[in-house]
Amino acid sequence: MIEVNDIAKAFNGKDVLKGITAEFQKGETNLIIGGSGTGKSVLLKCMIGLVKPDKGNVLYNGRDFYNCDKETRQSIRREMGVLFQGGALFDSKTVEENVRFPLDMLTDQSIQEKQGRVAFCLQRVGLEAASKRMPSEISGGMKKRVGIARAIVMNPKYLFCDEPNSGLDPLTSVKIDELIKEITEEYEITTIIITHDMNSVMEIGQNIMFMYEGAKLWEGISADIIKTDVPELKEFLFSNKLLREMQP
Amino acid sequence: MSVIGKYFIFLGTLFSKGEKLPVYWRRLMEECVGIGVSSIFIVAIVSTFIGAVSCIQTAYNLVSPIIPVSTVALIVRDMEILELAPTITCVVLAGKVGSNIASELGTMRITEQIDALEVMGINSSSYLVLPKVIAAMLTFPMLVIFSAFLGIMGGYLAGTLTGVITERDYLYGIRDSFVPYNIFFMCIKPFVFGFLIASISSFKGYFTEGGALEVGKSSTDAVTNSCISVLIADYLLAQLLL
Repeated sequence: MIEVNDIAKAFNGKDVLKGITAEFQKGETNLIIGGSGTGKSVLLKCMIGLVKPDKGNVLYNGRDFYNCDKETRQSIRREMGVLFQGGALFDSKTVEENVRFPLDMLTDQSIQEKQGRVAFCLQRVGLEAASKRMPSEISGGMKKRVGIARAIVMNPKYLFCDEPNSGLDPLTSVKIDELIKEITEEYEITTIIITHDMNSVMEIGQNIMFMYEGAKLWEGISADIIKTDVPELKEFLFSNKLLREMQP
Repeated sequence: MSVIGKYFIFLGTLFSKGEKLPVYWRRLMEECVGIGVSSIFIVAIVSTFIGAVSCIQTAYNLVSPIIPVSTVALIVRDMEILELAPTITCVVLAGKVGSNIASELGTMRITEQIDALEVMGINSSSYLVLPKVIAAMLTFPMLVIFSAFLGIMGGYLAGTLTGVITERDYLYGIRDSFVPYNIFFMCIKPFVFGFLIASISSFKGYFTEGGALEVGKSSTDAVTNSCISVLIADYLLAQLLL
């Protein structure tokens, strides 16, 4: 479980996060939704240690990420898998080398063990045939899948996905969402997904948090979100004409 | 001042919390090929022509019955060893290697590749930058020695083929009044310049913020700042070591 307590962050005097508190459950896909510029990505970066919050703390199974010794922080980092928005694959390495990279850097496994693990992860995301290709030779959806394979290669306890279906066609988006959900349930991972894709919200969102202007405005399960009476959330959910017509 | 302070803090991070030694060895070899081997062609072309032009222009300016013709070769040799090979080669390398380093790191920054390393708990500056700096400090002196040799050979070819100096006079001139210390001085310069070019360009690239436009700006800044620092260091080294 991940607990976020009163996280606040300002850039150049502008409050981007205004005291966010939330809990993200193990084995579930936790969605953080909201419009562009509402602080979702900054919150994610605060959680994974890329941006230090001005206030508050983040607890990983009770371990305070920002107030612990280096070894503990390092061990928490090794339990994290992150899927970045663009995949963040290393351009100079093949798909296989990208997935193997955390194993090369952070473990003392034998070559055979690493090859076995990489083959398993690539097979899990359906990319075993593309292992020798360079990131520039594969599609956006494939890059996301390689990113997922790299994120899970170390058997993470926490999986963070920053807009996993941005720039993808609806069919590929659904496949990526399903893959993340399957992996989350299969390995009992605490997964946090940043998205503003309504299909994801309805398909895989188990716990949903809605952010508006740097603050948490609504929290609940996907079954309840449609019935919300929060005007900002309603506006966000039913921004599409078709959805407005279907509104209960 | 804050930028200079940030630069020194950045240099400090290169040596804190490193990775396993075999990882650095592999990265160092990759960078030696990328920085050193891939620069051989441009260094060869620039050095040969600079040597040839130095010979022709020196001969043109030394038309005097009291100055022996072999002095042309002596001047070409000393110009090559003391200034042209180390400084001009490194200014050329600041353009080629500096822009390459800054744009590579800048692109890695804006495409979140550096963030991906940080999230894994890897010291990204040490992993990415330290091998580049060491590779530049190792390969630049080799390139400069190669450049000096080709510059003197370029002068020989241009001088003898155009008839401004005979083969005998040229060979006599390049051995006349030779000071071995100058070779040491020639090798010290690219060692320092390599450090400056690789570290300044890495600094510019590593802290790129924004998009493609900012990567281009970082690359330009890297070359400009590297060239200025090379020229300042050139003057200081000459003042200190000669």
